[in-house]
This record gives sequence, structure tokens and C-alpha cells, in this order.
Amino acid sequence: MTDFSANDHTTQKAGHEAGMGDYFALLKPRVMSLVVFTALVGLLVAPVPVHPFIGFVAILCIAVGAGASGALNMWWDADIDAVMKRTVGRPIPSGRVAPGEALGIGAALSGFAIVLLGLATNFLAAGLLAFTIFFYLVVYSMWLKRATPQNIVIGGAAGAFPPMIGWAVATGGVSIESLLMFALIFMWTPPHFWALALFVKSDYGRAGVPMLTETHGRDVTRRHVLVYTLLLVPVALGLGLTSIGGPFYMAVAVVMNVWFLKGAYDIWQRDDAACEADKHAVEIKVFKVSLYYLFAHFGALLVEAALRLYGLGGWSW
Amino acid sequence: MVIRVEHELHTRRKGRNAGVGLLLVGFIAIVFGLTVVKVLQLDNIRQFETFDHAPRPQLVPETEVGQ
Repeated sequence: MTDFSANDHTTQKAGHEAGMGDYFALLKPRVMSLVVFTALVGLLVAPVPVHPFIGFVAILCIAVGAGASGALNMWWDADIDAVMKRTVGRPIPSGRVAPGEALGIGAALSGFAIVLLGLATNFLAAGLLAFTIFFYLVVYSMWLKRATPQNIVIGGAAGAFPPMIGWAVATGGVSIESLLMFALIFMWTPPHFWALALFVKSDYGRAGVPMLTETHGRDVTRRHVLVYTLLLVPVALGLGLTSIGGPFYMAVAVVMNVWFLKGAYDIWQRDDAACEADKHAVEIKVFKVSLYYLFAHFGALLVEAALRLYGLGGWSW
Repeated sequence: MVIRVEHELHTRRKGRNAGVGLLLVGFIAIVFGLTVVKVLQLDNIRQFETFDHAPRPQLVPETEVGQ
């Protein structure tokens, strides 16, 4: 099967003129908001101050880079999107934007964001942004997504880079703190996504995308949620012991990890009958907890950085 | 044939053209802002000034000015 077979479903509607809103939708604005938040935290908790305008431009470049990779992903996955109910309304399968336009916009914005980030800050940050776009498009979209049910595990790295880029913008380097922020999102993605996969009736199978729930079954997926949540705990707590952590972060991390772990254990204990009986109430709850989990951790890092301004943050006071 | 000042294409693409215009203005603002910030962050602007065949009082070292 080639991707070009999908073009039957994805040619632009005759006479339709795409508006700015259609092009903006190509950039996956909801994903972009998470990228902006985590990149901003990475930048603000770094020990080196950044001029506010340069910080603003850096975050803008990271957001545009993330949006560009979203557009490139939509271009490549247009055949999958056209088959699945959740994605059939996206700009390419609905015929509002031609595939070539999405490719052009994605490529142009990628180049723009990488070059501007390099000129405004440093070339390590620009290199990391370039690698993130490459990873999302080539490693995740082109290679893993259609090849293995572990696609979300390795592909999740693309979403984990933004705080590392934010840190590199400020410090010009990579350190244990930025690596652990990366690891936190990287390890969080699988249980977060699989909790969602357990209660959303997807048509990935019809689209030819191997998802763990469909290739290995729901019991295996439940076990994976628990194992990955367990593996996430030392990463989250370890981050609290670095220079950007502190007692406040640690308290938040302990509470959130116990909460998430309890949810993952509850999911593991269940079977399909129980899920049907309460309409996946536990899975839905754990999915929501996973969202709070990430925001609480990164929010706590921000609070620690703010406390440090008053000589209160960290472990040294 | 009636000559129309505004082609139908202009009306159809009005929103898109306005969007592109705004993006370009934003891009200019970013480049200008970055230039200002980067220049202001330089240690001493005099290090970039050199002889240009005309008297430049600002290039004379302060010790000589004192004499």
C-alpha cells in the first residue's frame, strides 16, 4: 500500500478556497498548547535568565516548529485520516486543503522556525527543534506508526523534546534537569495514551495502524498502563532531587504519583465486563488524572522557580 | 466586457490576504525587535566603530580627552 493511494480521498474540493482557519487547523493547535507550556517551563526554570523578547521569540519558534510537524504529519497520514471517524474532518481529508499545500506549509514553517530559533538563541536549541520535527515526521509518522504497536512509546519522544529545547534556549546546553524533564513526558505518554485507547472506540484497525489494544488485546494494554506508570515514578521523583526541584515539587510529585498509580492499579484490576458495566468510568478518570499529572509536575517546577526568586525554592534554604 | 476594479478573486481571498499581511507585519516586528535587543545586549558599541576618514570624537580614548 502506498500513501498516494489515499489521494483519491484527499484532493481539494473543486472551487473551494482554503481560509486562514483551515491552514491554522493544519498546525494542530491543541497539541501546540501543550508544547508551548512545557517549553516555557523548560525555559523559565533554567538557571540562566533570558531576555523576555528573546524568550517570546524562542517559544514562538518552538510552537511554529511543532505546528509545522503537525502539518507534515497530516500530509503524510492523509490516507489514515480519511478512514478514521475522529480525523475525517481534518483539513486534508475534508478537502479544504490540498496535500501539496500542507507539505509546502509544513516544510516552509519548519525551515523558518529552525533558522529563526538558531539566529535568535543558539544552534543547539535549533538543532534540537530540527531533530524533533524529523523524529515526529520520519521516525514516528513514516516508520513506527504503521509498523509496531509500540509506536506511541518511541514516538512519544517527539512530544518530550520541548522542555529540553526551552532549557537549551536559556543555557545553551543539555543537563540532567532537561534530560529528566524529557524523560518525564516520554514515560508519561504511553499510560496517558493507552488509558485513552481503552475507552475510545477507535478505527485504527480499519486504517491499518497497529494499536496495542487491537494487536495484543485490552488485558495486555491494562498491564502496560500499570508497568509504565510504575516506571514513571522514579523519573518524576528523581526530577525533584535536581537543582530545579524542591520540597514543594516533591510534595506535588508524591501526591500525583500515588493518585496516578492508584488509577493504573484500578485499571489493571478490571476486565472488559467491568468496563462495559460502568461505561469505562475508571479509564476516563485515569485519563483525566494523567492530564492533571503532567500539568501539576510542570506547574510545580514553575512554582519552585518563582520561590527561588525569594530565596525559598530548592533544597538549599 | 465590464472592467471591474476589484476582481472576484480579491473578494474570495480577502481573508487569506489579510492573514498573510498580518503575518508579514508580525515577522517584521520580530526581526526589528530581535535587532534592537541583540544590539542593546552588546557590551560596548564603540568596539564596532572604526576610522572612517572624518574626525570621530567618540573614538578618542578618554585619557587623551582629559589632557
